[in-house]
Amino acid sequence: MLLVVVEEQAGSLSGGSLEAVSCARELAEGSAEALHAVAFAENTDHAADLAAPLSKYGVAALHLLTGEAMAEYCPELWGRAIAELIEHTDATGLVGPASDRGNELLAHAAARTGQPFASNCVAVEPGEVWTLTRLRGGGILLEDAELSGQVRIVSLAQGAVEPVEAATTHEVAVREFTPTLGESLPHSSLAERTSRGSGITLATAPVVVSGGRGVGSAEGFAALEELAELVGGAVGCSRVATNNGWRPHSDQVGLTGTKIAADLYIACGISGATQHWVGCMGAKTILAINTDPEAPLVSRADYAVIGDVHDVLPAVVERVRARREAAAS
Amino acid sequence: MDVLVCVKRVPAPGGKLLLTEDGLSVDTRHLGFTIGPHEECAVEEAIRIAAEHGGSVTVLSAGPPETEEQLRYALSMGADHGVLAEVGATELDPEATAAALVETIRTLESESKPFDLVLFGNETADAGHYQVGVRVACALGLPIVGGIKGIELVGGQARVQLKRDVSDGVEVYDTPLPAAAAVKEGLNLPRYPSIKGRLRAKKAPLRTLRPTPEPGGLRTVRLRQPPEKEHATVVLGHGAEAAEAVVDVLAEKGLV
Ligand SMILES: Cc1cc2nc3c(=O)[nH]c(=O)nc-3n(C[C@H](O)[C@H](O)[C@H](O)COP(=O)(O)OP(=O)(O)OC[C@H]3O[C@@H](n4cnc5c(N)ncnc54)[C@H](O)[C@@H]3O)c2cc1C
Ligand SMILES: Nc1ncnc2c1ncn2[C@@H]1O[C@H](COP(=O)(O)O)[C@@H](O)[C@H]1O
Repeated sequence: MLLVVVEEQAGSLSGGSLEAVSCARELAEGSAEALHAVAFAENTDHAADLAAPLSKYGVAALHLLTGEAMAEYCPELWGRAIAELIEHTDATGLVGPASDRGNELLAHAAARTGQPFASNCVAVEPGEVWTLTRLRGGGILLEDAELSGQVRIVSLAQGAVEPVEAATTHEVAVREFTPTLGESLPHSSLAERTSRGSGITLATAPVVVSGGRGVGSAEGFAALEELAELVGGAVGCSRVATNNGWRPHSDQVGLTGTKIAADLYIACGISGATQHWVGCMGAKTILAINTDPEAPLVSRADYAVIGDVHDVLPAVVERVRARREAAAS
Repeated sequence: MDVLVCVKRVPAPGGKLLLTEDGLSVDTRHLGFTIGPHEECAVEEAIRIAAEHGGSVTVLSAGPPETEEQLRYALSMGADHGVLAEVGATELDPEATAAALVETIRTLESESKPFDLVLFGNETADAGHYQVGVRVACALGLPIVGGIKGIELVGGQARVQLKRDVSDGVEVYDTPLPAAAAVKEGLNLPRYPSIKGRLRAKKAPLRTLRPTPEPGGLRTVRLRQPPEKEHATVVLGHGAEAAEAVVDVLAEKGLV
């Protein structure tokens, strides 16, 4: 039997969970095993909400982890709970989304069962050993690898597979499981959670106007902020801008910053080093503004303007305003 | 407060990474090496904690002898001790890496006393397994939270509060010491080593241990370049004159 960890989002399954379930179903079918899902009692109220989509995706049973400690996220206890469920159900594999929480949980489950874990996979094939491809450095390189162990644990990179519903569906049996957890397991506890509210975040903004060394100074970002504001976008930056103290790290796009998924990415004075590229390659359309026509980001962009960002951006802002005024009158 | 920081020697490529002919590793003959940014922040934080609360900073890396360069860099920032867990030039799988670190840490702790705080990067900049810190912490019986961007000692150094960003806000975790944390860039701005620090680091003794970990269940078959999308860039124009064409692109996206 294979287990797939699912995450709840807005009363249904998160997109990453659907992808993980689809991938896990193929693995289960390929090795003629049943597929069961795992969720935490944080979601008990939603058990019915989860069971319906899980049924469409070919899951046979949903294990709900219950008990006091399962109501609030705790990496050590939740990881231990999954480890106990693996033992209880004799699962031979565990799949989950490679979200921040997903990777953390699977790492804990792997450490606590003493089993191998391949993170950020983009393809997984069943077999005596699982053959897989995973992302290294956020996608700078691909790694083909083999995963062998009593229990194989993998996390699936976002967007790696299309969620596909199953040809045949089952009634999903919901089963509760209360882990023992052990009295003395060292663990952290959540002391405080503050929610940001509904502002635009870099990770989800439809447009990101981003600046690098070419912007020249913290003040230089005023023009980027103006354009972002005009088009309802967020401001991003390269690591050079962060390291120079021009922008907070929360604005950084890239391997060690944020991975964006914007419809449009406007990169101003950014060369496009690989560690930056892996953060912005998920954008649908990329526009580069750069004095150097040979810059890597210019070659990889859909559109480019060759020129000084200090000339180009103010002109763009002015034209956007002019066009809006013309349309309004 | 005795703080241990685990760092890895990773290639620092500017452009495209070249691979060796057998596809088993990155061709590093013309590359520089560095400590990953998350781990550099971990070193910085450890130095700040020791400066404020007293105690020492030990930096540990599992890698080939050349890893000395990264250990000395951490010493030049202000770390007190450098320890190399020498494991050869072939990259270890994450279980073996964790086992090598655990074996080394146990040796160090048996000679003096347990570390109060053990810091990791959230993930390595090259392999990015997202697990070595968790495996080591579990083996040592320490609590560990990842993605940490704020560390604060509380309760007369008995506990630590760990802050992290999540998709819709901020979470703060509280845990008794000893504890571990996997941190992210943005935790602080790492300092540039001073001349004095560099001179001191050059002469500082390094400790070398040779752990013998068993291989784990994840075996690299080969590395390869991701497929590059074939496409041509449309040059909209030069300088301010291109502004009109840029606005056309924005309009196409429904933004004007
Ligand atoms: C392990 C590791 C992790 C990293 N993680 C990240 C990360 O998450 N994000 C990240 O961004 N980087 C990251 N980096 C750093 C990365 O390698 C590059 O150093 C960085 O992205 C370069 O930033 P830049 O493009 O702003 O600067 P540069 O590479 O210096 O490029 C500046 C560009 O601006 C252009 N330019 C100059 N003046 C003007 C002007 N007036 N108008 C228009 N264009 C101009 C130049 O032609 C050039 O193309 C990481 C590095 C390592 C080793
Ligand atoms: N070879 C190594 N030597 C020392 N620490 C390491 C090594 N590999 C990984 N680590 C630590 O474990 C963290 C997570 O690594 P990874 O699981 O590879 O993403 C890193 O940020 C380091 O702090």
